[in-house]
Amino acid sequence: MSPENGKLLPETDAGGLNFKATELTLGLPGESRVTSDGVAKLGSKRGFSETVDLSLGDNKDSNKLGQFQINVPEAAKSPVSKAQVVGWPPVRGYPKRGTKSCKYVKVAVDGAPYLRKVDLEMYNTYQQLLTSLEDMFSCFTIRNYLNDKKLERVNGIEYVPTYEDKDGDWMLVGDVPWHSSNDTYKTFKRKLNEEALYMKHPRN
Amino acid sequence: MESSELKRSKDSVNSCESARRSSFPDEVLERVLSLLKSHRDRSSVSLVCKDWYNAERWSRTHVFIGNCYSVSPEIVARRFPRIRSVTLKGKPRFSDFNLVPENWGADIHAWLVVFAAKYPFLEELRLKRMAISDESLEFLAVSFPNFKALSLLSCDGFSTNGLAAIATHCKNLTELDIQENGIDDIGGSWLSCFPESFTTLEVLNFANLTSDINFDALEKLVGRCKSMKVLKLNRSVSLEQLQRLLVNAPQLAELGTGLFSQELTIREYEELESALSNCKNMHTLSGLWDATGIYLTALYLACTHLTFLNLSYAALQSVELAKLLAHCPQLKRLWVLDTVEDKGLEAVGLNCPLLEELRVFPADPFDDEIVHGVTEAGFVAVSFGCPRLHYVLYFCRQMTNAAVATIVQNCPDFTHFRLCIMNPGQPDYLTNEPMDEAFGAVVRTCTKLQRLSVSGLLTDLTFEYIGRYAKNLETLSVAFAGRSDWGMQCVLGGCPKLRKLEIRDCPFGNAALLSGLEKYESMRSLWMSACNVTMNGCRLLAREMPRLNVEARGGMPRHLSLLSEMLGTRQTENH
Repeated sequence: MSPENGKLLPETDAGGLNFKATELTLGLPGESRVTSDGVAKLGSKRGFSETVDLSLGDNKDSNKLGQFQINVPEAAKSPVSKAQVVGWPPVRGYPKRGTKSCKYVKVAVDGAPYLRKVDLEMYNTYQQLLTSLEDMFSCFTIRNYLNDKKLERVNGIEYVPTYEDKDGDWMLVGDVPWHSSNDTYKTFKRKLNEEALYMKHPRN
Repeated sequence: MESSELKRSKDSVNSCESARRSSFPDEVLERVLSLLKSHRDRSSVSLVCKDWYNAERWSRTHVFIGNCYSVSPEIVARRFPRIRSVTLKGKPRFSDFNLVPENWGADIHAWLVVFAAKYPFLEELRLKRMAISDESLEFLAVSFPNFKALSLLSCDGFSTNGLAAIATHCKNLTELDIQENGIDDIGGSWLSCFPESFTTLEVLNFANLTSDINFDALEKLVGRCKSMKVLKLNRSVSLEQLQRLLVNAPQLAELGTGLFSQELTIREYEELESALSNCKNMHTLSGLWDATGIYLTALYLACTHLTFLNLSYAALQSVELAKLLAHCPQLKRLWVLDTVEDKGLEAVGLNCPLLEELRVFPADPFDDEIVHGVTEAGFVAVSFGCPRLHYVLYFCRQMTNAAVATIVQNCPDFTHFRLCIMNPGQPDYLTNEPMDEAFGAVVRTCTKLQRLSVSGLLTDLTFEYIGRYAKNLETLSVAFAGRSDWGMQCVLGGCPKLRKLEIRDCPFGNAALLSGLEKYESMRSLWMSACNVTMNGCRLLAREMPRLNVEARGGMPRHLSLLSEMLGTRQTENH
């Protein structure tokens, strides 16, 4: 099996070991190996910058990959079409209305001596949130893992924003439109995940 | 008088005019016309003849421009030399829902530069969906020594620094109304910029700002502005602080509280209740963030003369609302969250016979798992109890054709009917049929209908009905509806008074777009996004109608197009 080209072993039957779960693919830990219509993802990796359209600048000290992870019980999935419809329903200033007054969530980064708290209500986009996190944890840099060139060296520490939803899956921040996911954040954790290091560097 | 000489020297007068002129001095005509306030009346007057056109333009003090791209500031200034008050609207309404790209335009600065030169005595500026920078605000503050009223609604591009400039320089300010804007809230120190000697403020609305304000400065300001009638606080102001403000401002007619939830002692509660009930002139109440049952009781005595109650920031339950409404017999306008559910709306029907306007907003619009909220039953209950209802905005997750037919039978005087069934393309949940008959009933029964927003599963039949029956319709909003070009063609071919048409995610294409060429001349704007219109269609339109301002955007994520009217002076006459 060669992780670089993402070839996958055939699925086992229901009763046997699920080799697929232990397979190395290009993707984050816990990321679903199978698309919604049951087709195995072949090394499918949604570029981080594609999902949240960030230009994170170049990271000169390309580094050992880390992750910060957000522990988030996610609400039951909305139909895809509804969640992705921009500007519908036509309500203004959504976060300002309703019962939720502020959404403070904890942010923890492995290796940092203290935790921080952020109010998700303060942000209107993922980009704003991540910029703020970067400021808070200025000794760490958020990496752009889409850029494969940066995968080569392993010197320092970089972080990719992910969160753990209620199913225990590690989700990449940015897939769900900001407003529809805002509801679901309860706590927010960043953790350096050792396993992820290896998964991130198939070429090493 | 100079103006009379200019008029007498003009060409092309008809015999009627000369006869009229000799018996009816221009000065008198101007004096009479200066009493006209309505823009439509003034527009009609200006079309009678040249004399009346001139008398009208010299006597006009307020100009309303519904689309800032329809006319240039130079043309406005040339036609109307004596303007003291300007209302300007910019971006399309769908920019409220993130459908318009950033930096689209509608920047006020060019207008301010012309106004500073031509209207140095400008007193009022009211902007909606315009872009305004801190530099522009500062320029405004120093350019107009008589400046009195600034109202910014859904604008963006400025920060609290801009507000500081206004507070610092506008010595005669009576109104500062900042609503629902994309404002960069750097901090609350702008309030301290009002000088100690400043006492003229009558309207202060900063409810939309999020940061803490300098309460000390606010308290002093409210204390010395004895003419203050409207005070709308932001969330950072506590109940205890509210009480302190009210004690010094019992004359308030409109109050927007801050956070309406705080641990209070019994004495503090009684003081609050007393301060609220001492506001004998209070007819409008809003704010009430996070208000819950316990603290709502403090409002009871203050609600006797209330005509407008805005509870859209307080997630009340049905019982809480019912108890509160029992104390609001004079209510004409009510805004609530759908947490009150149908039972809450039944209480509205029972307690508010004078109700004219109801808005029900969704507390959780993006969460499909919600099974609560309001249904058709709540709307029907209100219609039985409130026959005077003429404005409704209703967000719900289910509706039936039969319910809407009943509603408009009970309330035939609707002028604004905005129904949002939140799941796109959802049919009548009992019969599984399209919602065509519902809107057919609305347009057939409500002959005074000016504004309509449709939703649910709709075929072209809905638009046939609208085109055929909605004779007074001016604004139509359509989303996820229709089957073919025919639908849009029906609307453009009917609806003689149509001014604004906004369409998203509908299967209307170039044929429909191009069927309205004649219509667009009398409209303010047309918006189409995620439809079947192509760039070529837009080019064709622009070629056929060179005086229209056509904007089309291609590429990701959707094809957007916007058309607006640019007809020179004509636009300033119409709403």
